[in-house]
Amino acid sequence: MAYSDKVEDHFHNPRNVGSLDKNSPDVGTGIVGAPECGDVMRLQLRVRDGVIEEAKFKTFGCGSAIASSSLATEWVKGRTVEEALEIKNTQIVEELSLPPVKIHCSVLAEDAIKAAIKDYQRKQKAAAPQEQTAS
Amino acid sequence: MKTPVYLDYQATTPVDPAVLEAMLPYFREKFGNAASRNHSYGWVAEKAVEIAREQVAAVVGANAKEIVFTSGATESDNIALKGAVEMYTSRGDHIVTVQTEHKAVLDTCKYLERSGRAQVTYLAPRKDGLVDLDALREAITDKTVLVAIMAANNEIGVIQPLAEIGALCREKGVLFFTDAAQAYGKIPLDVEAMNIDIMAISAHKIYGPKGVGALYVRRRRPRVRLAPLIHGGGHERGMRSGTLPVPLIVGLGKAAELCAAELEREAARETALRDKLWAGLQKELDYLHLNGHPTQRLPGNLNVSFEFVEGEGLMMAMKELAVSSGSACTSASLEPSYVLKALGVGDDLAHTSIRYGIGRYTTEEEIDFAIAKTVEAVQKLREMSPLYEMAKEGIDLNSIEWTVH
Repeated sequence: MAYSDKVEDHFHNPRNVGSLDKNSPDVGTGIVGAPECGDVMRLQLRVRDGVIEEAKFKTFGCGSAIASSSLATEWVKGRTVEEALEIKNTQIVEELSLPPVKIHCSVLAEDAIKAAIKDYQRKQKAAAPQEQTAS
Repeated sequence: MKTPVYLDYQATTPVDPAVLEAMLPYFREKFGNAASRNHSYGWVAEKAVEIAREQVAAVVGANAKEIVFTSGATESDNIALKGAVEMYTSRGDHIVTVQTEHKAVLDTCKYLERSGRAQVTYLAPRKDGLVDLDALREAITDKTVLVAIMAANNEIGVIQPLAEIGALCREKGVLFFTDAAQAYGKIPLDVEAMNIDIMAISAHKIYGPKGVGALYVRRRRPRVRLAPLIHGGGHERGMRSGTLPVPLIVGLGKAAELCAAELEREAARETALRDKLWAGLQKELDYLHLNGHPTQRLPGNLNVSFEFVEGEGLMMAMKELAVSSGSACTSASLEPSYVLKALGVGDDLAHTSIRYGIGRYTTEEEIDFAIAKTVEAVQKLREMSPLYEMAKEGIDLNSIEWTVH
């Protein structure tokens, strides 16, 4: 099966591979997928003043899964949390020209963004009444 | 060195130049129909077919009269299973096979079950891929017509204990059919010593052309009879009608002869390359899992799970190598290898498996290259793998509640 040039590019030159401190209050971590399904994505976001200023990923998966997560980190950077929540898997499919059998990779990427933001918001809510506490 | 380096010899092989050379005259000047009895065109073709029959039979200690030419191992599997079930209804309707058989056997068995013509027992293999002989003994009933167990597995290369299986089948009075597509011409096989009654053979796995294969059907002690799938002019003792594809048959015969002549030396050479590859990978990488029995396997087969790295992604990262994966992420089902699953390999590890197939034209230089490329790709992808990071941190991946999708 041939991959699109954009998948090839993201796969061979992935953007924003790495980790952020998952215990930091301004970092949201989303882990989606399962090893037995052949793909696991971990997306991490650092949010300042409601804007995503940093995004990192690590992905276990096929070329399309890695490309989808790489693209997701590029797209969320610089967006507000609300704007990031509007990213749809269909946009990822379109951008990367994913074939039908690879649509689940884009779904996973959308889920990873939502899961990371949810984790961030949960931390903010928990931290709100007490000021900043040591992590 | 030409790239991508071909390391997928269990999928198919290139035609040997000597095989092609032998075939060519039979496309043009010697184009006769082997069934034409009245002129020299026919005689020449018939003579070539009979020589090929001898060549194919000789590799496994069979008689030329026991070889039926077919379109390939898939057709041979179909004739063996459907033909035996139809021919031996008076004996029973039960087949014993193994979960790791090729789809050509499993799907044919499923079809026979669905259409109400046979009952099938699918034995689970042991963890190393070998058949459990005690389980086989127990599975054979007084209704059993045939035991269908492949000689060597196409994914994990595991070689079954054919002589033991054959002896058991003989003792129980049931037919022993083996799909030898991967084993024929690669390891020593003897239909007498192993009590094999029916054997499926493929040409394109042994440096012959695609589109031709054979079926060995025992003629004496016992005489095996199989109902045909294809009816017509009564070619091939009535078991497989249709004008014989003489050039392809000549190619199969020549390919068989070449394999037999070099069998021991080539097996030793490929085993050395395979062991070098495995040692080279283990030297540089951790978390590797060998799938299938470590020594009781085809000389040219290595099947490894690279834990924490998904197989399709890995193949993409080492495009200079033509290998295959049990990940099956490219297939519509997204189900990983049923063979690895039958061995008890978890889906997580099955997704990380790569099959390296070594063959006649594989060089030491190519193996060195394969080691270097694989190590580089695995290291790169593990740096990107959240699972590898977690494992390194000492997190038990089984303790995590994954969102299975």
